[in-house]
Amino acid sequence: MAYTEEELKKELETKEYEYGFYTDIESDTFPKGLNEEIVIGISKKKEEPEWMTEWRLEAFRVWKDMEEPEWPNVTYQKPDFQDISYYSAPNNKPKYNSLDEVDPELLETFKKLGISVDEQKKLAGVAVDIVMDSVSVATTFKKTLAEKGIIFCSISEAIQDHPELVKKYIGSVVPRKDNFYAALNSAVFSDGSFCYIPKGVRCPMELSTYFRINQAGTGQFERTLVIADEGSYVSYLEGCTAPSRDENQLHAAVVELIALDNAEIKYSTVQNWFPGDKEGKGGVFNFVTKRGLCEKNAKISWTQVETGSAVTWKYPSCVLKGNNSIGEFYSIAVTNNFQQADTGTKMIHLGKNTKSTIISKGISAGKSQNSYRGLVQVNSRAENARNFSQCDSLLMGNRCGAHTFPYIEVKNKSAQIEHEATTSKIGEDQIFYCNQRGIDTEKAIALIVNGFSKEVLNKLPMEFAVEAQKLLEISLEGSVG
Amino acid sequence: MLEVKDLHASIEDKKILKGVNLEVNAGEVHAIMGPNGSGKSTLASVIAGKEEFEIKKGSISLDGEDLEELAPEERAHNGIFLSFQYPVEIPGVSVTNFVKTAINESRKARGLDDMPANQMLKLIREKSELLEIDRKFLSRSLNEGFSGGEKKRNEIFQMAMMEPKLAILDETDSGLDIDALRIVANGVNKLRSKDNAIIVITHYQRLLEYIVPDFVHVLHDGKIVKTGGKELALELEDKGYDWVKQETVV
Ligand SMILES: Nc1ncnc2c1ncn2[C@@H]1O[C@H](COP(=O)(O)OP(=O)(O)OP(=O)(O)O)[C@@H](O)[C@H]1O
Ligand SMILES: [Mg+2]
Repeated sequence: MAYTEEELKKELETKEYEYGFYTDIESDTFPKGLNEEIVIGISKKKEEPEWMTEWRLEAFRVWKDMEEPEWPNVTYQKPDFQDISYYSAPNNKPKYNSLDEVDPELLETFKKLGISVDEQKKLAGVAVDIVMDSVSVATTFKKTLAEKGIIFCSISEAIQDHPELVKKYIGSVVPRKDNFYAALNSAVFSDGSFCYIPKGVRCPMELSTYFRINQAGTGQFERTLVIADEGSYVSYLEGCTAPSRDENQLHAAVVELIALDNAEIKYSTVQNWFPGDKEGKGGVFNFVTKRGLCEKNAKISWTQVETGSAVTWKYPSCVLKGNNSIGEFYSIAVTNNFQQADTGTKMIHLGKNTKSTIISKGISAGKSQNSYRGLVQVNSRAENARNFSQCDSLLMGNRCGAHTFPYIEVKNKSAQIEHEATTSKIGEDQIFYCNQRGIDTEKAIALIVNGFSKEVLNKLPMEFAVEAQKLLEISLEGSVG
Repeated sequence: MLEVKDLHASIEDKKILKGVNLEVNAGEVHAIMGPNGSGKSTLASVIAGKEEFEIKKGSISLDGEDLEELAPEERAHNGIFLSFQYPVEIPGVSVTNFVKTAINESRKARGLDDMPANQMLKLIREKSELLEIDRKFLSRSLNEGFSGGEKKRNEIFQMAMMEPKLAILDETDSGLDIDALRIVANGVNKLRSKDNAIIVITHYQRLLEYIVPDFVHVLHDGKIVKTGGKELALELEDKGYDWVKQETVV
């Protein structure tokens, strides 16, 4: 297919949201509240097949009888689930006509992150011309993927175009009844992404790198399904370093990864939801269920940098079902001001010779609370399972807290489990030492924090790592002094 | 260059410096000796701007500019360098990365761009050769797991990289083996010029055989009680501090 530049530009203008994974349904917002009619309504709006509607309804029925979890180490005003509207049409209209109308504080943050003016406009919802540059990137991208037989589209499209894959795998790793938020998501998920890598294919690029700018308005109940067929490889990036302000207070996403025999999935997240202001008001509640299933010799790595949200509740996990499979979890969680995070992972060893690694770095500042919660479970048939866990906490000041809750359940004597935990504080002596070398306190903290987080930052794809570093710097600004 | 006048400093109401006077000119080397706890490190910290110490009286100026209002990093930008008696560890930050950051932050303060990477590499090569530092060492985390001597050598490496106007070496010799002492002292001597000055805090005459001071001061109970030439250090080694202490009483 030969395009002229003009044609490309046209195509992207008209199909702007094709790659942004937004649906095109013209509709008003649904009335508040949740019942069977609403669930059916959402499914209808999306013109889903009947099996999908049924699947959602079943999830809703399960959810109705469930209770919100109480065990995480966080306190918040519980959302009123009947006071939320569960469907609203994607808003493609620009919110502003020019950057001058946008909150200057937000723009300042964009600048610090090194985001281009065009991207700034997109992120803030300002009307924007399509830049030639992104047209060519998008086209090359699309072509390369298609040539390899890789499917990368919105979950709604996948339900229409690849029902056999969706039907087989959705809910196979995170069942509808898994937990309160997973059930809710299953009933009402609005959209999300779908990705399938065929047998033996190595995805030639980091998926979704380019789409960063389009993900600014991610939905409240996202659903992601990634399937790596036998012997394939994919590196998937989720999220956005730019601060996402959202009217939706509650976010409950579900991410399912399936790595078939000999496949590998690397899933990296940089999450920066609005954490609330300095007094702790108005932040996003982020309750996410992420889980991956490894078949024989498969490997799943979760890497995450979490700096946002008022309340975060998140445990990317691996079910190591196949023999010789490997699960990894690398995490940096930063909390400042009044943020609360309860994050960690679960490594479920079912197969023989399965291996898992957990590296968790928690950084707390202000009056925040940062908890690591991890479960390592070794099944009775999992011969020679091995786990190594390391949880390090870094405290800034005297008013924040770091907590570690490791749970270990071993039912096979051949297992080798290692757990290390440290807590340290940024000392005045360290700061003075840096100051004496001409490095001011803000920069000194950034340096110390980057050093502390290095093992995890190193796991991120290059350009994401650079952004994540800047993000850490910004998140901790003004936290000492 | 440096002028310390009637300096009184305390920490949590404990008086440590009780009227220090010291004048250091460009091109000079001054040695400060004195018993444990007499206030040598405190004097160095106060000059470098450590905020825990409160200046009760007196003044410090560098090239005529009063330092009191300047933050520690601004003093560093003005050319003050302190080789710490107890260098701190910064896990995960390599020596190279740290020095690079330090140099570029100082350049930024002077309105210069970052030092180009090739120039930085050349400088690192040159200075690590001068101090006989294995380059693998420079990719290790700053001071983490360094031996006592390695820490001190690393301090002088940073000094060599930053080329300060006024360097204060606080017991840089302690922990160094005989060969290392010679290498480090030799490195320091190479950095001497008519434009910069060095204050050496030490307990031992040995270092002063290599880095020959123009003046030797004895600090006792927060005051400089005696000043002399390089022979004073020998005399002290011979007679101990009681001798100066007694003299002050008289
Ligand atoms: N942070 C502090 N809090 C309380 N006292 C302090 C503090 N720092 C120093 N001091 C006290 O001030 C006095 C001078 O200490 P300083 O470290 O300056 O001595 P010094 O001459 O360098 O000794 P040394 O030869 O052992 O290195 C000591 O009595 C010490 O205990
Ligand atoms: Mg001392």
